[in-house]
Amino acid sequence: SEDDPLPPQQPSTNTVEEPLDLIRLSLDERIYVKMKNDRELRGRLHAYDQHLNMILGDVEETVTTVEIDEETYEELYKSTKRNIPMLFVRGDGVVLVAPPLRVG
Amino acid sequence: MLMLMCVCVRLQLFYSFFKSLVGKDVVVELKNDLSICGTLHSVDQYLNIKLTDISVTDPEKYPHMLSVKNCFIRGSVVRYVQLPADEVDTQLLQDAARKEAMQQKQ
Repeated sequence: SEDDPLPPQQPSTNTVEEPLDLIRLSLDERIYVKMKNDRELRGRLHAYDQHLNMILGDVEETVTTVEIDEETYEELYKSTKRNIPMLFVRGDGVVLVAPPLRVG
Repeated sequence: MLMLMCVCVRLQLFYSFFKSLVGKDVVVELKNDLSICGTLHSVDQYLNIKLTDISVTDPEKYPHMLSVKNCFIRGSVVRYVQLPADEVDTQLLQDAARKEAMQQKQ
């Protein structure tokens, strides 16, 4: 309300101004994270910082590899998944953060 | 009495978080795909990690560090740290992350 002014050291809180604010909206939500080296994570976001270090809960990691057949040169895409209950992710490996992909 | 918040506190959510996990068992996965299980001994502002009583998890196709008990891991080579889920207060983390995001915007 207009009767209690914000104390000077408090920033505006609820507006979405910069990209990191979009990540703030995803706290306690499931997200999709694309990482370097063809890795992907899906999990619940519990914490993040400006480096995009993150803590994810209930995580599924997918690692995708391509095998090339020596004779036919066919590309065989394989993915390996594993589940991790609670995971710290270092930000320098993160490429993209998004809401979980919906199957159309 | 008014409590004034110190505005010049360095943002270090994850440093504080890891300090709270000292003494717990974790698995550190490095960018070279080596996974090391051990007890978290200490951490610093760069998230460098010291582990004690280590063992190499996953099939031991990587250097057997049988004689190595303790190690120092440079923070920048860490890909993941697997944490014990029941030692993590997710509500507290989320609140702290919101606060840190606010501080960062200033």
